[in-house]
Amino acid sequence: MSAVLPEKTDKAGERTEPVLVAEGLVKRFGNFTAVDHVSFRVDKGTIIGFLGPNGAGKSTIIRMLCGLLTPTEGRAFVSGTDVAKDPETVRQHIGYMSQKFSLYGDLTVMENLRFFGGIYRVPRKVLPERIRFAVTMAGLDGRENALVSTLAGGWKQRLALGCAILHRPPVLFLDEPTSGVDPESRRRFWDLIHALSGEGVTIVVSTHYMDEAEYCDLLALINRGQLLALESPTALKKRNLGGTLLSIECADIGKALHLLEGQPGLLDLAAFGNAVHALIDPARTTPEQLFALLSGAHVPVDHIVPIEPSIDDIFVRMVGEARESQEGEPGRRAG
Amino acid sequence: MRWRRIRAIALKEAIQIRRDTRSLIIALFMPFMQMILLGYGVSLDIKHLPTCVYDREGSQNSQALLKHFQSSEYFRIVSVLKDYREAKAALDADRCRIVVAIPQDFSQKLSDSGGSSVQVLADASDDNTANIAIGYAHSVVDQFQSDLARGALGFGGSPSLLTQGVDLEERVWFNEDLDSRDYIIPGVVALIMALVGALLTSLTISREWERGTMELLISTPVLPSEVMLGKLIPYFAIGMLDAVFCLVFAVYWFHVPYRGTLFALFLTTALFLVVVLGVGFLISAGIKSQVGASQIAVLVTLLPTSLLSGYAFPIDQMPPLVQGVTYVVFARYYVTILKALFLKGSGLADLMQPVLAMVAYAAVVAFLAGRAFKKRLD
Repeated sequence: MSAVLPEKTDKAGERTEPVLVAEGLVKRFGNFTAVDHVSFRVDKGTIIGFLGPNGAGKSTIIRMLCGLLTPTEGRAFVSGTDVAKDPETVRQHIGYMSQKFSLYGDLTVMENLRFFGGIYRVPRKVLPERIRFAVTMAGLDGRENALVSTLAGGWKQRLALGCAILHRPPVLFLDEPTSGVDPESRRRFWDLIHALSGEGVTIVVSTHYMDEAEYCDLLALINRGQLLALESPTALKKRNLGGTLLSIECADIGKALHLLEGQPGLLDLAAFGNAVHALIDPARTTPEQLFALLSGAHVPVDHIVPIEPSIDDIFVRMVGEARESQEGEPGRRAG
Repeated sequence: MRWRRIRAIALKEAIQIRRDTRSLIIALFMPFMQMILLGYGVSLDIKHLPTCVYDREGSQNSQALLKHFQSSEYFRIVSVLKDYREAKAALDADRCRIVVAIPQDFSQKLSDSGGSSVQVLADASDDNTANIAIGYAHSVVDQFQSDLARGALGFGGSPSLLTQGVDLEERVWFNEDLDSRDYIIPGVVALIMALVGALLTSLTISREWERGTMELLISTPVLPSEVMLGKLIPYFAIGMLDAVFCLVFAVYWFHVPYRGTLFALFLTTALFLVVVLGVGFLISAGIKSQVGASQIAVLVTLLPTSLLSGYAFPIDQMPPLVQGVTYVVFARYYVTILKALFLKGSGLADLMQPVLAMVAYAAVVAFLAGRAFKKRLD
């Protein structure tokens, strides 16, 4: 599946070449297809978010773009360089930060920064200044000589970002950078990402936190290795779900899901925290009918109101549609 | 290849070694322990051997002989037996390793013919110890005879005893202990260096996989050869330090004479280290767990080096097939060189063959090691 983007112009109004191009990327591990014909183009300064459940193939796509994994089929270009043909040139121009924390825990903050400064051959003249910047950015002033293993998650993560941008790469790959980090640190981290994007850095970030989707310029919804959609969060939210979305708050979610499933006019069903989100065809059923059904089965309903779909809802619906078209049967899933 | 990147990796590795207890123990403590254990382990010196005596005569002479045994540092008399049955039981039960039996006519024969005999029963389940014990027993009896001849025991002996007595040849036993140590210790140095070197480097790549740092490292533009060189530099320094320590220990503690030139020693040692470190690196690149890598490292260094390098067991006495196998054992060449340098004082010119073999080995290992590490996750 591929998506065509509207052509984007940079600040001077000129047309720009896409910084990142994926053409029909496929990755198979034995019989398992982790990534299934994924294509996209990303322009300079864009934050593209890869959204999807664990195991959807987000990391695999990122690793192929970085040259860490060889695609089974298809090609990837970073700043015009074919990743498979010249991975070392690509590596000069990218920063990578992976899901599993991967700085050296037995080295101090400074030692880690100096190490990556050396590895990326950051010019000696600018290195002290850039290290200074990274330390301040991570909020680690005064803790330069602390062992990285003693730092809390948020600091480690910001330091990892600092190491990844020491050489000022035009493209940054962040593979679930915020997993396992407290909300305050996540917010701070996204501020940094936006600042970098403002400077023209193209950023690829994967996450399974749906709330982070709003921070991206472009969202790639990925499920089972397939690209379901590639749109801006606003465009995605305007998508017609093909019905009315209801939020049903009730006492027994499990029982409610069981009762509602298979009802006529019900297009999709998912549990969201302490509520059930139900997509209905208004021509075939109404909120009143559902209320009566649940109350009649002794499931007390607190609220039943139409809501604006969130990205989460869109994602759940799109996954459902993809499965229906594959398996030919409607179903329900938990979001 | 960029020196800047090699330097960054070498520095990082050095810091990590300094902060890693396991590496430090292997680097600094293990050579010392092994030198002591293997250095003394090969000693053929036997002291205070548990001994039983069966004196069938009970005369002044026989008691004087037993006193000689008792005062010797080699024997420790644990019990006095009353018959042969007890002697057998004592040996069977491991209460003693040797039984000295003095015949009923010991004094009689001594005064009649000037020569008598003493029976020594030794437990030869450990034939080496038994042989040495018999040798010591000989020397004790010789000492007794010469004391007897000189009248030192305070009673007369016939003058003819003077001509018998001390048999100098038997004293060779004492020297052999020293000989075997001189022969074996240079090999011990090779053994330690092979083990320590391969063990240390075997951890270096697998540690990065285990701690999850590898993925970040291979996403950078660093080249595999730069990773190899950078990682091996600190280990080379440690290896040379360990080598100097072991060699100094051999010469000044175990008093193994060194007769070669220092230049030849350093050159060949450096060459051997390159091979050893390269083998460790190869293992590390192939096995992603630290435990697995260190076990393989021990397996490919300790076993072949101790059995097939000729460090203790001469290669020319092995079956032809096994002799062929020893050519693959890289320690064999260094053992040959070390022994020649220590014992014969050979020059580099005499050692061309093993030196060239090591150069070839080093080249192959370095070539493979530079390629073994792939910057890919699949």
